[in-house]
Amino acid sequence: MNIAAQAAIMLAGLSKSFPGVHAVERLSFEVYPGEIFGLVGPDGAGKTTTLRMLAGVMPPDRGTATVAGFDVGRDPEGAKHHLSYMPQRFGLYEDLTVDENIRFYADLFGVNKAERELRSGQLLRAAGMSEFRGRWAGKLSGGMKQKLGLICALIHRPKVILLDEPTTGVDPVSRRDFWRILYELTAEGVAILTSTAYLDEAERCHRVALLHQGRLLFCDTPAHLKARLGKGVLAVTSPEPRRVREQLQNAEGISSLVLTGDGVHIVVDDVARRMAEFQARLKQAQVPFDQIQRVTPTIEDLFVDAVSGGKVRR
Amino acid sequence: MRWVRLKAVARKEVIHIIRDVRSLGIVVIMPVVLVLFFGYGVSLDLKHLPIYVYDREASEQSQALLKRFQSSDYFEIVRVVNNYSELAKALDDGRAKMAFVIPSDFSEKLRAGGTVSVQALVDATDDNTANIIIGYTQALVQVYSNDVQLEWLQRRGQRVQPPPLSVETRTWYNENLESSAFIVPGVLAVVMSVIGAFLTSLTVAREWERGTMEQLISTPVTSLEIMLGKLVPYFLVGLFDAGVCVVLAIFWFQVPFRGTVMALLISSALFLIALLCLGFFISVVTKNQLAASQIALVATFLPAFLLSGFLFAIEQMPQFVQLVTRILPARYYVSSLKMIFLKGTPVAMLYPQLVPLAIFALVLATLATRIFQKRLV
Repeated sequence: MNIAAQAAIMLAGLSKSFPGVHAVERLSFEVYPGEIFGLVGPDGAGKTTTLRMLAGVMPPDRGTATVAGFDVGRDPEGAKHHLSYMPQRFGLYEDLTVDENIRFYADLFGVNKAERELRSGQLLRAAGMSEFRGRWAGKLSGGMKQKLGLICALIHRPKVILLDEPTTGVDPVSRRDFWRILYELTAEGVAILTSTAYLDEAERCHRVALLHQGRLLFCDTPAHLKARLGKGVLAVTSPEPRRVREQLQNAEGISSLVLTGDGVHIVVDDVARRMAEFQARLKQAQVPFDQIQRVTPTIEDLFVDAVSGGKVRR
Repeated sequence: MRWVRLKAVARKEVIHIIRDVRSLGIVVIMPVVLVLFFGYGVSLDLKHLPIYVYDREASEQSQALLKRFQSSDYFEIVRVVNNYSELAKALDDGRAKMAFVIPSDFSEKLRAGGTVSVQALVDATDDNTANIIIGYTQALVQVYSNDVQLEWLQRRGQRVQPPPLSVETRTWYNENLESSAFIVPGVLAVVMSVIGAFLTSLTVAREWERGTMEQLISTPVTSLEIMLGKLVPYFLVGLFDAGVCVVLAIFWFQVPFRGTVMALLISSALFLIALLCLGFFISVVTKNQLAASQIALVATFLPAFLLSGFLFAIEQMPQFVQLVTRILPARYYVSSLKMIFLKGTPVAMLYPQLVPLAIFALVLATLATRIFQKRLV
């Protein structure tokens, strides 16, 4: 990642309102060539609206956004030659075959036949879809549909790729293929902005921005974000996580608490002190638990903590 | 505008038409069905109307009068009865359109040289048909009456003078007064309305509904390329279907075609362009296939049916409705079709039809190019 390079995507105070909602509020960040940048946040955080404005399909209300050097507010068509946008909903034609869909998008971007065949051959191989070229897009599995969407989006070698929750509802194998293709693209200097609902996926990004109600909570590398969480995180493993939560949620020194598969994660102010207190408290209430230990915070911990209390140091 | 992008959109649209059984059916089968339906099913000629007869005399002379009815194409004596109540019943349940009664002193009075009244009871639920029946009946009775008078005079040895006035009629343009000759060409307007407005009204709305539009508008394709790419296939389909209708009309229904192919092509193309642009406009505005198709039907198909002069003469409509027909492209198209087919009017003389059609095409095309924006909300 070359920070000195000119940003491929640049947002400055970008805002968009719909009747009764500020969908995006004064959003500012940059995405550089060769970078995978993740937009993380719950539904309604403003991820889709942000991507739509950057894709030039929705005009911003205030602020500016530049994509591949074009101001999307003033010249929404300018950047379209250089970007690819994959909406959340499958945007391909179900009654067209895989090849026909690829050809359609190649033609729209002015990709010639030789280049199209070369590129689609490579991409289909990378996606493990070479034998499905003649199949109707509507007959593909969810994961294959998303991969085909990505292939259509990449056929013209865009400089900027905008992906809206691209791996939602996708099987793990396809998801792995998908991410492998994305990593290969970064080597070619492509800037990738992806929104995701999966926090584990956000950790694969070079940098992430956490959005909540249209506002940027913070933006940094996943590692830095974790380090910024000055408080510690305690993981309680228990066969009855709900009872643990019940018992501890009003305890002193808790910044946030979230249920995980086999227990709860608790963000606390003082790890050593609270660990002992919680242990005593759970024993007294006869709530079964296996152990309490300090763990490295995940983005999920960070996110929940930021959203629930906003007590994380900025 | 880039040719390759326009071609890409058009090719995709053709694939949609071919792979969707319903649209393919509308494109291939509908024109044939409509032409056959209107050619055979809808006949405004009243022929072989069923009548009941109550002949109270049953003499040679009363039979002679009834024979006139029987041998005319207009009537068919389905039954001879012996009382009024059966006549009334036949009219009540619609088995007879008219009941004809000959009095018992029919031949006696005729011989005496007096005036005889025969009775015609007409089912007037449909006033138009009733008027025609009355007209036919009066004509037949009048002819018979003249013949009787002639015979009466001859028998008395009087010199027979021909009637002082007589009308010589020649029916022009539709010599045999076949209603199919003026209905079948009009089917083109209905077919084109379905292809032009109904099918195209689905195209843009479908992309919004299926979510493909969002990705499409994020590409460099221009709104004009999207519009033309979507409309060109339907334009060609529309002309092809018009050709099918014309061939059926001429070779199957023997409708005379006296005009030029050029005149037909120009008026059809103008009408089609107006409809395609209207369909596109509706589709863009509604973004919903169901709403778009309903609006397209009401805006084009129904007027083409009812207000274009296709089935019902515009001159006989109320003044207000006549004014409304002036803003309907179908009116000018149907009128031009009748002139081209039956009168052989050359292009140069068709300006009262072609100029309004050209204006509709231009205005709607302008509207259509303006309405589509490459953005959400």
